[in-house]
Amino acid sequence: MEYASPRSLDEAIGLLSQAGVDARPMAGGTDLLVQLRTGARRPELLVDLKQIPGLCGIDCGSQGFRIGAAVSGAEIGECLPLREAWPGVVEAAELIGSTQIQGRASLGGNLCNASPAADSVPALIAAGAVCTLIGPAGRREVPVDDIVRGPGETALGEAEIIVDFRLPRPQDGTGDAYQRMIPRTEMDIAIVGAGVSVRVAESGECLACRVALGAVAARPIRVDEAAAALMGRRPDSEALEELAARASAAADPIDDKRGTRAYRTRVAGVLARRAAEEALRRAGDRWAARSQSS
Amino acid sequence: MSKRHVTTTIDGEGREFLCEDWQTLLDVLRDVLMKTGTKEGCGTGDCGACSVLLDGRLVCSCLMLAAEAEGRVIETVEGMAEGDRLHPLQQHFLQEAALQCGICTPGFLVAARALLAQNPDPSEREVRFWLAGNLCRCTGYDKIVRAVLAAAAEMRGAEA
Ligand SMILES: Cc1cc2nc3c(=O)[nH]c(=O)nc-3n(C[C@H](O)[C@H](O)[C@H](O)COP(=O)(O)OP(=O)(O)OC[C@H]3O[C@@H](n4cnc5c(N)ncnc54)[C@H](O)[C@@H]3O)c2cc1C
Ligand code: FES
Ligand code: FES
Repeated sequence: MEYASPRSLDEAIGLLSQAGVDARPMAGGTDLLVQLRTGARRPELLVDLKQIPGLCGIDCGSQGFRIGAAVSGAEIGECLPLREAWPGVVEAAELIGSTQIQGRASLGGNLCNASPAADSVPALIAAGAVCTLIGPAGRREVPVDDIVRGPGETALGEAEIIVDFRLPRPQDGTGDAYQRMIPRTEMDIAIVGAGVSVRVAESGECLACRVALGAVAARPIRVDEAAAALMGRRPDSEALEELAARASAAADPIDDKRGTRAYRTRVAGVLARRAAEEALRRAGDRWAARSQSS
Repeated sequence: MSKRHVTTTIDGEGREFLCEDWQTLLDVLRDVLMKTGTKEGCGTGDCGACSVLLDGRLVCSCLMLAAEAEGRVIETVEGMAEGDRLHPLQQHFLQEAALQCGICTPGFLVAARALLAQNPDPSEREVRFWLAGNLCRCTGYDKIVRAVLAAAAEMRGAEA
């Protein structure tokens, strides 16, 4: 196996699209290098994406945020404006692995590894993140929702890579949250992950809601029926119960050593509700902070 | 294919080495540079025995290619003591008997040093979460956590 570390997107796409070479992009390598070691993958060429400026760094502009696809979890955690705007996305990214794994693990890798249990993915879907893809055929923008097709399978074309993730500046009354359940307190794979984002009016009425679940289907899923339980009303406990029931109903999980199908199904509802409550609390805090400052 | 030539800084010294593209930094530290202070437990990112700092950031050297070290600054457990003078973390690991077989110790020391560099006064909970990626089969962790807290206190005192 050979290693290359291109400095530009053109160079990277060129390396990845060479005829007859089994090439694989690499960001933090925390999935890929484990797969190389176990023999699960045997690429001939690893194309390191971390020296390409477009995949590095986080920009916080007036329009919103651009998070480079190769940026590590540790850097995401250190970006205070992002944490302030999208705390659910940041808390999900920070749940990936240990401190050591955080030093390297990227959002692009978490998404493209295409595990049904990837922690950042439900949070990104709930927040409405869009990714920029670049490949031999040019550039396109795709919602995170549409990237993962099934375990280990993505919608990316041949030699196509994710360059960055875009998140808008949150509108007034927006809040998001991510919750996961694992058998231990740290360092394990989610039994269920739930990401929720909401936008509420100052009156408390819910104007927008997105719910996404991880680890309960072959890929992370958006559950619009569950989100609809809150829309257009004040999210009282009846509405939240409805959201939980619909989240559980949408779950179609596996049975394994981490949790039975019945348990995962139930926990999907519980976590969706808890994430919604936290997102609503954050949205309420935003309104409170706004009325204090004006 | 010919070997790759890498120029890097390890524990404060400029170092050059030759490696294969598939070799991890851990492979090169241990088998090429004979810096065996850094340990291999799992080789898959789970145990933290191979922890090093890469440009000041804590990473597993088993999940990084040696080729990626080009132009970077690597710090290992071997750079912690100054000559015969142990780092306060090393001293407190001894005093608190925070090791038995010792294979996890270099990783814990490097990880704890990274923690104290950014948070000189961590709570017990913060220490435990920060070190969750370092596994120890012998001590039961309590002594390790105590040693880190004691070293932190000493290091704060020394600065005041
Ligand atoms: C000990 C340990 C604990 C872990 N804990 C968790 C956890 O709690 N939660 C969790 O979700 N994951 C966890 N993981 C898995 C892994 O750390 C994450 O999935 C991480 O986000 C992967 O990012 P990476 O940058 O390291 O990806 P890499 O390993 O570099 O790449 C992963 C895959 O994505 C592809 N890829 C990477 N970047 C791009 C890009 N920009 N465009 C196109 N394709 C790309 C690669 O070709 C590869 O197939 C853990 C891993 C380890 C070793
Ligand atoms: S040897 Fe690297 S984490 Fe275990
Ligand atoms: S002292 Fe033996 S593994 Fe920690």
